Amino acid sequence: MRILLVEDDKDVAGFVVKGLREAGHVVEHVANGRDGLFMAASENFDAIILDRMLPGGVDGLRILETLRTQKNQTPVLILSAIAHVDERVRGLKAGGDDYLTKPFSFAELLARVEALTRRAKGEGPQTKLVVGDLEMDLLSRTVRRAGQKIDLQPREFRLLEYLMRHAGQVVTRTMLLEGVWDYHFDPQTNVIDVHVSRLRQKVDKPFPTSLIHTVRNAGYMLRAEGD
Amino acid sequence: MAKLLAALERVAHLGSQARPGHAESDTRKISLPRLKRFSPRFLRSAGIRFAALYAVLFGISALALVLFLWWATAGLLQRQVDAAIRADAQGLAEQWQEGGLPALISTISERLAENVDDDAIYLLVDSHFHRIAGNLDRWPSGVTMQQEHFELPIERDGMRSLARIYRFDLAGNFHLLVGRDVEARAKLRQLLTDALFWALIVVVGLAAAGALVVRIVLRNTLADISKTTEAISAGDLSRRVMLSGRGDEFDRLAETLNDMLERIGRLMDGVRQVSNAIAHDLRTPITRARTRLEDAVLHAKCEADLKAAIERAIADLDGVVSVFGAILRIAEIEAGTRRSAFAPCDLAPVLEDLAELYGAAAEERGLRLIVELRKPLPAFGDRNMLQQAFANLLDNAIKFSPPCGRIWLRGSMADQVVIEVADEGPGIPEAERTHAVERFYRGEAARSTPGAGLGLALVQAVAQLHGGTLVLADNNPGLRAVITLPRQVAAAGAKTEAAKNADTAEIAPVKG
Repeated sequence: MRILLVEDDKDVAGFVVKGLREAGHVVEHVANGRDGLFMAASENFDAIILDRMLPGGVDGLRILETLRTQKNQTPVLILSAIAHVDERVRGLKAGGDDYLTKPFSFAELLARVEALTRRAKGEGPQTKLVVGDLEMDLLSRTVRRAGQKIDLQPREFRLLEYLMRHAGQVVTRTMLLEGVWDYHFDPQTNVIDVHVSRLRQKVDKPFPTSLIHTVRNAGYMLRAEGD
Repeated sequence: MAKLLAALERVAHLGSQARPGHAESDTRKISLPRLKRFSPRFLRSAGIRFAALYAVLFGISALALVLFLWWATAGLLQRQVDAAIRADAQGLAEQWQEGGLPALISTISERLAENVDDDAIYLLVDSHFHRIAGNLDRWPSGVTMQQEHFELPIERDGMRSLARIYRFDLAGNFHLLVGRDVEARAKLRQLLTDALFWALIVVVGLAAAGALVVRIVLRNTLADISKTTEAISAGDLSRRVMLSGRGDEFDRLAETLNDMLERIGRLMDGVRQVSNAIAHDLRTPITRARTRLEDAVLHAKCEADLKAAIERAIADLDGVVSVFGAILRIAEIEAGTRRSAFAPCDLAPVLEDLAELYGAAAEERGLRLIVELRKPLPAFGDRNMLQQAFANLLDNAIKFSPPCGRIWLRGSMADQVVIEVADEGPGIPEAERTHAVERFYRGEAARSTPGAGLGLALVQAVAQLHGGTLVLADNNPGLRAVITLPRQVAAAGAKTEAAKNADTAEIAPVKG
């Protein structure tokens, strides 16, 4: 995957570039808004990680707005030290696809960037999700594994759907909280873990192989054996 | 003559009325240069400015009144005299034209004889200015050929008096003087002038006294406000402006000021609490992280030790960041700047979702979450913020519940929407309850559990932002936290409010 990083802080940028390359991505890095806009507009990327406050007279939101007016739909993750909810709304309104507040853990950043690019590929409306021997029919809202029907609560269904749509990718607890429950705060209790463990009881326990894996220090991943 | 007397009487009468006003023009003359001399520093006092304005307005209106009175009395008299003279002269001129010199002479004699008031003056002279007819002995020295009318002293029947005289030149180089004795009128005018002069002095006094009263009243009314604001600038934020209870403009100003001070005080408290928090409570986890890292640098024997220490330090720092975020969030909520996302919302589904989210976690710990909800629960507010407040209460309830305990989540509505979270944990002793909602307060029971002591502070801030309250009560045993919110009346007011905020209302959920 080809990713553009627009970030002026050398340490943060170095850390992110190293991490993304280790994860197997090709990364271009620019340190100011002008170069960022130039690169983003002139070359093709699978995703752009954009700092909001940038030197060079062009800030992150300006870059984003310019790209969107040029019909450039490259998915953009805004990276910002501005945590204010209203600012977050501004970022998303300007055309951002996701908003991550500094400081952040690399695992969270990586998971979100990978989720973005997956969404951008957009195969159109799907009626069926398949991961290994797990099948989800989005129309009849039924789930089968190895031909055997699995009964799920509505919320469990949405949780599994989210995991299946991001199959092969790390999904963090915050992403699940935002994506499945639409909550934007950190619960003190390990509520997400409990829900995932319940889902496991139904999806993995009766079968010889596990599909839902815990990724240490990051979150979860739905992955078929051998994928 | 009767007419004239009546006019004179009127003049005298009006003159006495005009007295206070007339002098006013001079007050103005006196006060203006004085103001100029003291300005601009002098004029910085609003009290003095208002007083001066009062004097000036008083002066202008009084001057206008006096000018009108003068025009209507002394001016009228003069116009009447002039008109009488002109009418007289007109009659004489007709006689001259019809009957020549003899007719004119006889008419003058007739008129003199008929003149009961003895105020008419006639003099007909020939080309050598010798008297032919009339009641003046000789041509007055002041009457020249350059002017047509005069006002000058004359001598008549051995008495000096003042006359107003018109000169007419007749054919054959005869000259005619027609006039009126205006001695009485002049005396009256003098009287009028004197009276107005004394009135002027009285009015100067009145204007000065009035201005002084205006100034004192204004200063007294504003004294408390200025004293209070001075005390506040000096650092005493507890001072408030007193209300007179009259409900007038000054009371409204005082109320607005008090509201403003109240708010400033709250914000100041917030800032103070946050800085205290940063000074004391964030220092602890930062110190811990620092110690871990330093210890690892000095004592780690292998890479695994080092890695473990660093990971723990990162966890500590994450804790610092989340505490920091919570502090800022509470401060932001308390400052009341987060009303942009307010909209009508039904709390019943919000609570159901939370019950579903937390129910599993409770069950896993062997707890029972009992949900009793009335539907719907219409409220007006920020859904995300309310979710977090209820979540905090559920977090607490789960954290403090004993094994096999029960937790209640209740939502009911009467005049207000009441949301209640109760548990069977240790509760909070009554004496501690008021402190429990303060930032970083950690009760005895909470010391051994993780957390920063910000949960209830946030709940309280959210409740207050929504115009509601958070009450902590005893659940015998356990804690019962009750949030009371104003219910949403399905009215147009709320709708417009919602429409106003519609453009910034919802955060677009980030979905995968």
